[in-house]
Amino acid sequence: MSDEDQGILWEVFIQVKAGRPFKHVGSLHAYDKEMAMKAARDLYTRRNEGNGIWIVKAENIISSDINDGESFFDPSNDKIYRHPTFYKIPDGVKHI
Amino acid sequence: MEDEKKLIQFQQKIDQDIKIEPRDWMPEKYRQTLIRQISQHAHSEIIGMQPEGNWLTRAPSLRSKKILMAKIQDEAGHGLYLYCAAETLGIKREQFLQWLHEGKAKYSSVFNYPTLTWADMGAVGWLVDGAAIVNQVSLQGTSYGPYARAMVKICMEESFHQRQGFEIMVQLANGTKEQKEMAQDAVNRWWWPSIMMFGPHDSESAHSNQSLKWKIKRESNDELRQRFIDKTIEQGHHLGLIFPDPNLKLNPETNHYDYSPIDWDEFWNVVKGNGAGNRQRLNHHIKAHEDGKWVREAAIAYAKKSNLKQKSA
Repeated sequence: MSDEDQGILWEVFIQVKAGRPFKHVGSLHAYDKEMAMKAARDLYTRRNEGNGIWIVKAENIISSDINDGESFFDPSNDKIYRHPTFYKIPDGVKHI
Repeated sequence: MEDEKKLIQFQQKIDQDIKIEPRDWMPEKYRQTLIRQISQHAHSEIIGMQPEGNWLTRAPSLRSKKILMAKIQDEAGHGLYLYCAAETLGIKREQFLQWLHEGKAKYSSVFNYPTLTWADMGAVGWLVDGAAIVNQVSLQGTSYGPYARAMVKICMEESFHQRQGFEIMVQLANGTKEQKEMAQDAVNRWWWPSIMMFGPHDSESAHSNQSLKWKIKRESNDELRQRFIDKTIEQGHHLGLIFPDPNLKLNPETNHYDYSPIDWDEFWNVVKGNGAGNRQRLNHHIKAHEDGKWVREAAIAYAKKSNLKQKSA
């Protein structure tokens, strides 16, 4: 069996309703984008789960390095002033 | 030394219910266990389409044909979710199929029993899918992220399968004398195989302890089996059918049903490939795969040609 015997790997994102974000639901194998789209519909939206589908070749996804996750996300650790709870508001002040 | 430290950290993550993701460090045995278990699960979904496909043309009404078709489509889908989850462990889809065809990978032996009458479609849905669901609900909490996510999706879709089977049983159990006999005969043949689906007793199960420690499995074979038996017997009472075990009795002390010893010789005989359907199921899969070869080749050629066109345009 050759490596591409079962097609290439695609990642599938579904928008459940208009206005909602597209969320990753899983992956599939297909040989080209038309086939990937049909397979995504048949695999992931058999019960009206979808208003929209995005498909991306898995090889085109760039992800953060899991091994230095900690240092990569470090810069946000000491910036607690980015959170609303950092600020002192006098008692009695409302709607802020 | 390094591995020792990693192993401790790994177990700490597991103990804190933090899911393991594909690129995380994991012990080789954890990876191997998952590869075996998830691919076996995927193969079971795919092979499980065969006994049902066998009844598509003979299902008694258009309604029942449509429902059966939808169920088989779901099973194909579940197999594909699971293959994708298994592939995240670094094995290619082609390899999983090859191991299946070579007999190196197993699928659930329950699919090696023949489906002789329409009542078997009822009993398979009610009992076999029912047993599978008990196992799958538990596996939603498995420690490997991609496997857990596939399970959540599968459980959501699977719930109609058991109801579909139970509905067939209700229809037959309330039908003519012959139909009721047919339903009883199906229960007689499917009860023990469905109980055996949970695998060997905890005391005999080779992989269980480590799998529980790593939370690949969340509950033991015997715990899951007991849950299935308890809830299924109540359902059987509604049908007025009798389970083929004279020792099924509610034990007032444990509040669980006691049952007769399981015939493990039969179980191992079927696991080892001597069941009525083993050769037939596998040969059918191999033939379907080989017959589809030209489609895959054409699809690859078409994709290559389209790519070339795009580049030159």
